[in-house]
This record gives sequence, structure tokens and C-alpha cells, in this order.
Amino acid sequence: MDRIKEANRAVTTGIDDSAVKHWVTVYIMGKGYRVPADITIMQAMEYAGYRFVRGAGCRAGFCGACATVYRTAGDWRLKTALACQTRVEDGMFLVQIPFTPAEKPAYDIEEEPADGTPLLKYFPEVARCVACNTCTKACPQDLEVMDYIQAALRGDLAAVAELSFDCIQCGLCAMRCPAEITHYHVAQLARRLYGRTLPVPKHVLDRVEEIESGKYEDEFEKLLSMSREELEELYRKEQREKGGLNSRDASRVTRNGQGER
Amino acid sequence: MSDKAVPSSAKASAAHHNASRVTRHALPYFPGCALKDQARGFEDSARAAMAALGYELAELPRWNCCGTVYSLATDDLMRHLGPVRNLVRVQDLGETRLVTLCAMCYNTLARSSRFVGADPERLERINAFMDDEADYRGGVEVVHLLELLRDEVTFEAIEAKVERPLDGLKVAPYYGCMLLRPREVGIDDPDSPGVLEALLSALGAEPVDFPQKAECCGAYQTVSSPEIARARVGEIVSAARWAGAELIATSCPLCTYNLEHHQVEREERETRHASPVTRHEIPILYFTQLLALALGVSEDKLGFAGLKFDPRPLLSDRELV
Repeated sequence: MDRIKEANRAVTTGIDDSAVKHWVTVYIMGKGYRVPADITIMQAMEYAGYRFVRGAGCRAGFCGACATVYRTAGDWRLKTALACQTRVEDGMFLVQIPFTPAEKPAYDIEEEPADGTPLLKYFPEVARCVACNTCTKACPQDLEVMDYIQAALRGDLAAVAELSFDCIQCGLCAMRCPAEITHYHVAQLARRLYGRTLPVPKHVLDRVEEIESGKYEDEFEKLLSMSREELEELYRKEQREKGGLNSRDASRVTRNGQGER
Repeated sequence: MSDKAVPSSAKASAAHHNASRVTRHALPYFPGCALKDQARGFEDSARAAMAALGYELAELPRWNCCGTVYSLATDDLMRHLGPVRNLVRVQDLGETRLVTLCAMCYNTLARSSRFVGADPERLERINAFMDDEADYRGGVEVVHLLELLRDEVTFEAIEAKVERPLDGLKVAPYYGCMLLRPREVGIDDPDSPGVLEALLSALGAEPVDFPQKAECCGAYQTVSSPEIARARVGEIVSAARWAGAELIATSCPLCTYNLEHHQVEREERETRHASPVTRHEIPILYFTQLLALALGVSEDKLGFAGLKFDPRPLLSDRELV
């Protein structure tokens, strides 16, 4: 477990090459790099000298910003992954897809009927689905993407909402779809419409009331008035208390001297 | 599949044994998109009617669009993935038969089943593409509910279970294209079908023969050239009325849409010159709604609410609701 924990620490905090026992070669946009075997694609790219200004976000598999397309040696399949969640493999050819061009129609969710009709009104291309299932194969969240598009086609909001709930909108389904559907936008509209059919939970109403009554204003003011150094110290302290960052990590800086982002 | 057009009597004796069992038969069932949306009454009434006959329409746990309109491009195998994937779902259940209600879904699924069954090479290529599924081995038979009622349940057995005979109700059976053509998948004689008439007679109704019963409603022309559908519907509905029909029975959500939608437009257009037989809208019902009604299913399960022209005044007049 220690080894896994060690391997999972962010590379930007520095890697001591003499401590690395296993190495692999990966090809980033066609150029080969020798990188430590235990790190993620994102860490490997940073190790190779790339700096992410786009196409990286939470680094925890939640934000969907680091879509990657890759092939591995001896396999004809085109594979997909989140760079922050996938370990490098020897002979991996990869490229980042930091952005998916997609038309995103504007709608007033309160003006639309809470049934299936807005789905085909705003996304008529859903009817082009031939059930090839390529979207499902591409999904790094292992969602049944094709099944929710098919549910959208038949206006089943509840099924779309359930099946797409863990979507992180990385866009890989849309990039692979031969029918040029933007699945994640369809799913988001379906979840918004479906949400309108459900009663608003009490805890949400309570929290909104807390926010509106100014309960959190003081904390925000406090954070906003702190200096960078004070914020960093606060972050380290909280990480130590959570046990998520050991003291060694907390004091580390990257090769180029910048703090971890 | 070669015995599609064989009349009921040939299979009746063997089938009667099955129908008379007390246990409820679960039938793997493919609804299709329209039956979950615009044509809910079709499914609701079919489920209720089949339950009354001792059968359960067991919806496939996973299914996708049938493919809507069978692809005639023999080298475009991508278009057959949708239908074949549904057949894989049936195979996954260990079943060999799939029951359909929508005439379009029936047609697309049945033809795709034959298409891949006829050529091992096509099937191999489709299976190679669908590497995320178990290989489809072929052999799933796609049947339409009317076939099942005729060949397995039998109209004799249905007649015996009628609780509310549709006495004197004049119904025009409208087949359209998809139940009958092409001949290889047609459930009846494409030129002179009789399965709907036989069912209606078993229910106590009076089937009304009219020359347009197997003609096209205009289908998807309704989107790009609605005047074509309007002309087709005008002929079909007028002919049914002149023959004395009070209702039209269908098995296809698209036919129903066209017959309802363009009938209205026609009425609006011709109000000033309307003859007595074309003045009032004629209700378009799914055959399962009449079946369920005759079998004594309660009115709330007949799905009349989704129909454009309410048949209840007429049915109430005949003391059927």
C-alpha cells in the first residue's frame, strides 16, 4: 500500500530518479519518453516536461478535463482514459483531447415540458444513433452511454438520468460517435428535466436558506483576506489533519521551484 | 419463417394445447420507442389483453431502437447493428423468440434477422464489430402479436374468453405495409390479408372490407412531403367510411399518426364541402385496444386518453364502455 501511495503522489512535487526501480517508454504525440513505471499518464506527461495549462483539473477523476486517447503495443483497439486516473504502460502511444467542440443549445429549463420532447427538439441528431455502442466502449466512467441515448430516443427521462448520473462530461463519447451526437449535453438536459419532476429535498432547501442568511460569509471573508503564504500554510495544516499529505510532501517544491497547483 | 402465411388452422391443434395451460406464459417482448412515448395506449392495452389471456409480455431488460426502417443497403452493415443487438439480448436470456407489437419494429427486426441469417459472412462481420457482446448465433424468431394470437393463442380460444362482445361495431382493419411486405416477413397474404378480420370477428365486431386496407399511409413522407401522406390518408379514410366503418384498427404508431393527423387537416380543408360520410372524424384504434375491450379489461387500461379522436362516445352509445 505504501508503494501505491508513494506512486500516486503528484509528480510536480518532484521525483528522485535514483529511487525509481522500473521504467517504461511511452510515446506522447509520437515522441518517445522514458518515464517511471508507476505513474499516471498525466504525471508522465509532466515528468516528460509538459505543463498543463488546459486539459487538467481536479487530478482526481471527477472533473473530466484530461481525456486521453491511446493505443498499446500489439493491440488494434483505440483506447480511452482519463490521464489522471490511468497508469502508463510500456509502449503506450497517447494524445490528450483537452476539449471537445460541441454545440450547446441554450434553453430555459423552466419553459420546457418535463418530459422527453425537449431532448429531440434540441438534439435531433439523437435519432441518428445506430446502436453501434462505440460511445459505451469509449466511456472512462464505464457508463452504458448507448443505452442512455436510446432511452433519450424513447423519452425516458428517468432512465437517462439514472444511467448518466456519473457522467463527468469528458467528451470522449462525442469524439468517437459516428452519428455525431453530443451525448453528455443530451444527458445533462435529461437530468435537468428529470430533476424538475422530483420534489426538492429538504436538506437542499435548508442549505440554500443558510447561504442566503449569510451563514458562510465570515469564512469566505477570512479566506479572501489571507495572503498566499497564509493560505498555503492553512492548506498544509488541513491536509496533515486529514492525513492526505505527509510532512515530506507538504514541504516539497517542484523542479522549477513553483508550488504545487 | 417460410410458413408465415399459413392460415391458423394448420397450427391450431398443437397450439391449443399451449393456450389452455393454466400457468402464465412469459413472452420476451420488444416494445419499441413509439410505444414508450406517443403510442403508450398500444402497449398498455396489449399488456392488459395478454394478461387476460394468460400471457405476460415480458419486456427485454435492455433494448435499443429497432433501427426504424429496414436498411436496404446490403453493404452498410452498420445499419443492422441496432436490430441484431436486440436479437443478442433475446439470446442472452436463453430465448429463441421475440414478440413485437409495432408493425415497423416487427418488419425491421424480422428482416434483419433474415438478413444476417442468410449469410454467415455478414453475421461474422457484425459479430466482429460488436466485440462487446456475445456473438449472435442466429435463430431468434421475430413474431408479431397478431401471429401469436392466430397461431398459438388461437382465435377460437380468444372468442371463448370474450366478456364484452363488440356486437355490431363496424371496424375497418387497416394493415398498411409493414405487416405484409415484403412477402418473406409478411404475417399474411400481402394482397388479401385476413388476420385482423378474423380477430375482429372473434371479438364480435363486424370487420369492414375496403380496398385500401393494405395500402401505404404515406409513412415518413409526412415529414418532408406531407401532401403525399395527406392524399394517401384521404383515400384510405374515405374508402373505410364509404364502406360503413365506424372505427379503423391499426397495428402501427406511424400509420396511426398519419391517419389521425392528416384526417384532421383534411376535415379542416373540406369543411364547407363535406359530405355526410366525411363530416366527422373516425377514431383510429390499435387492434389491442379492441381486443382488451372485448376481453373485459377495465376502461382505464385501454389507453384511450392518448388517442386524437375519442372513441368513447361511440362505444358508450353501444354500451361497451
